[in-house]
Amino acid sequence: MQKVYLDNNATTIVDPIVKEAMDPFFTQIYGNPNSLHDFGTEPHPYMRLALDRMYKGLNAPDDSDILITGCATESNNTVLKGVYYDIINKGKRNQIITTPVEHPCVANTAKFLESIGAELKILPLNEDGIVDQAMLKRFINPDKTALVSVMWANNETGMVFPVKELAEVAHDNGALFHTDAVQAIGKIPVDVRDANPDFLSFSAHKFHGPKGVGGLYIREGLRLTPLLHGGEQMGGKRAGTVNVAEMIGMGLAMELAVQNLEYELTEVRRLRDKMEDALLQLDDTIVVGRRELRTPNTILVSIKGVEGEAMLWDLNKNGIAASTGSACASESLEPNPTFVAIGINKDLAHTGIRISLSRFTTEEEIDYAIGVFRSSVARLRKISSTY
Amino acid sequence: MAKNDLIGGALWEQYSDKVSSRMDEPKFRGEITEAQAEAMGARLVVADWGAEACGDAVRLYWAVEKGTDKILDARFKSFGCGTAIASSDMMAELCIGKTVDEAVGITNIEVEHALRDDPNSPAIPPQKMHCSVMAYDVIKKAASLYKGVDMSSLEEEEIVCECARVSLRTIRDVIRINDLKTVEEITNYTKAGAFCKSCIRPGGHEKRKYYLVDILRDVRKEMEKEKMAEVSETKDFKTMTVVQKLKQIESVLEAEIKPILAQDGGSMEVVDIKEEDGSTIVYIHYLGACQGCPGATAGTLMAIQQFLNEKVDQSIQVEPV
Repeated sequence: MQKVYLDNNATTIVDPIVKEAMDPFFTQIYGNPNSLHDFGTEPHPYMRLALDRMYKGLNAPDDSDILITGCATESNNTVLKGVYYDIINKGKRNQIITTPVEHPCVANTAKFLESIGAELKILPLNEDGIVDQAMLKRFINPDKTALVSVMWANNETGMVFPVKELAEVAHDNGALFHTDAVQAIGKIPVDVRDANPDFLSFSAHKFHGPKGVGGLYIREGLRLTPLLHGGEQMGGKRAGTVNVAEMIGMGLAMELAVQNLEYELTEVRRLRDKMEDALLQLDDTIVVGRRELRTPNTILVSIKGVEGEAMLWDLNKNGIAASTGSACASESLEPNPTFVAIGINKDLAHTGIRISLSRFTTEEEIDYAIGVFRSSVARLRKISSTY
Repeated sequence: MAKNDLIGGALWEQYSDKVSSRMDEPKFRGEITEAQAEAMGARLVVADWGAEACGDAVRLYWAVEKGTDKILDARFKSFGCGTAIASSDMMAELCIGKTVDEAVGITNIEVEHALRDDPNSPAIPPQKMHCSVMAYDVIKKAASLYKGVDMSSLEEEEIVCECARVSLRTIRDVIRINDLKTVEEITNYTKAGAFCKSCIRPGGHEKRKYYLVDILRDVRKEMEKEKMAEVSETKDFKTMTVVQKLKQIESVLEAEIKPILAQDGGSMEVVDIKEEDGSTIVYIHYLGACQGCPGATAGTLMAIQQFLNEKVDQSIQVEPV
């Protein structure tokens, strides 16, 4: 049976070139980079190269920091909790502003900080399903807001948020600005000098790097109380022995992601649009969010009368991996806030299927997937009591 | 359990083969038309339960034989996940051949058991158990339509946990009888809350009328109150709490001593009480005319103590301060 992986917003295949580049750092160049001997210094030039690639990838100034972390969850926790320790807990500004569609590693961290004294404001979404400058201006408080945290692109819908404009509003009001760019890197241009965030989080496995390694950009001159206390690694800014092999993999993966950006914006987009057009040709289907506001690889489609998990089941039977937009398996039955914001009938909340492509997706795979979608939708609508 | 919990997510691996095959090819999917029912000499019943917005909706068709109330055929349609489809399919099968009254007795637990490959392995993972509840509810709905009665008249008890079908009465009883103090204990005793967990506390998968945390809190509060009432009714002064002792002493003083002192323009108040070597020392403070009265440290004091010894407890000693 053909296998087609269309769940690239969950994780991606490691680019074989990246895997190859990481290989020597397990059995050949394995010294602890903090050791004084030659084994310890041997990986240094490779680590410097990896950093160069990441600084270049994000267009980050040399005076800023890019900390190598264990994952984007760690990066996001470091920012939110660091702001809590350094600002909120010191009785200065006490408010964190975020959106209703953040990844749980931001949303749940913010809720936790609220439970220990921070004030949390969750912005409403506009009719496009994003947060705009006017919305943030309305809710930001120049005396109170400590941090604004808004994702660059949404994992479920692919909606891209105007982070540059939002960072400007945050800064005008004396607040710090953080963006979770996990779903943006490799899909759309990410330039920290242009967008001007104070903090930016990313994760290697979303752009064909390995799992278990992430990064945190911190603007020059800023310093956060660390999440992990320990040794003096990473200039004392992130304790724990650096995951050398994966850091090197992440550096190369970032370089490749940037090199392939043009391909992503044209060819991946073309395949995505082909798939999307085919889905929209089926009766009673809706794709969430305007195409031009989304990352080029993502489709969140609602298929009337077909429950999301049942659809995933049928896709999986046919070798296709996708994901539910509003997971029935998740704990809450509350509809996806993006559905609500853009005015999609709440009856459709359980019909979402997310399809996410990558530069490794082929046209032949898309053609196959389109065929499977057609037959599965027909089968499940025959069973359905609501179609 | 911890080791098995660390790598989660594999819901579908936990489905029985019967669940999988009925999801892929449901045997009783479809509908029964008015004409088909008529041809069988049966009455058609079509019941809907659930809603798309809630993530699950099912429609049940019954052809019920006139006169005997026997379900000759059953079909379903479902908007739902694999578990919902497979359990609706099994539910329809179990209905066939039963009378309407017998069918009302089919529970989601029975449906789940029928879907097991072997009797000791659950057919679906615990968090999907609630998806099978629809199949149970729709039978009730169909029966109520057939009989022309309200659905609630078919439900004998208030159900707190739909997945494990545990009633409010059972949960309240089990808390009382076993002196349960945590929700985990309730789950261990009754299985309530073991599956989709919606009934444990607000904010879960589904909104519920009752939550285990609230029931536990309320029952514990009732038990506590009853215990207190019991204690204050007992005449045994020694087992009372300090506050209860103080209250009893004060009530006696208020009723019997103070009116006598007041005749001479005096009064008193209890400053403190203290437990010492099995006796209760009551420290009092004289007020009004009693202050400086010579009897206050002699005859009056003796009288007060004797009175309390008689009316309350022998162990009481009174000390003026």
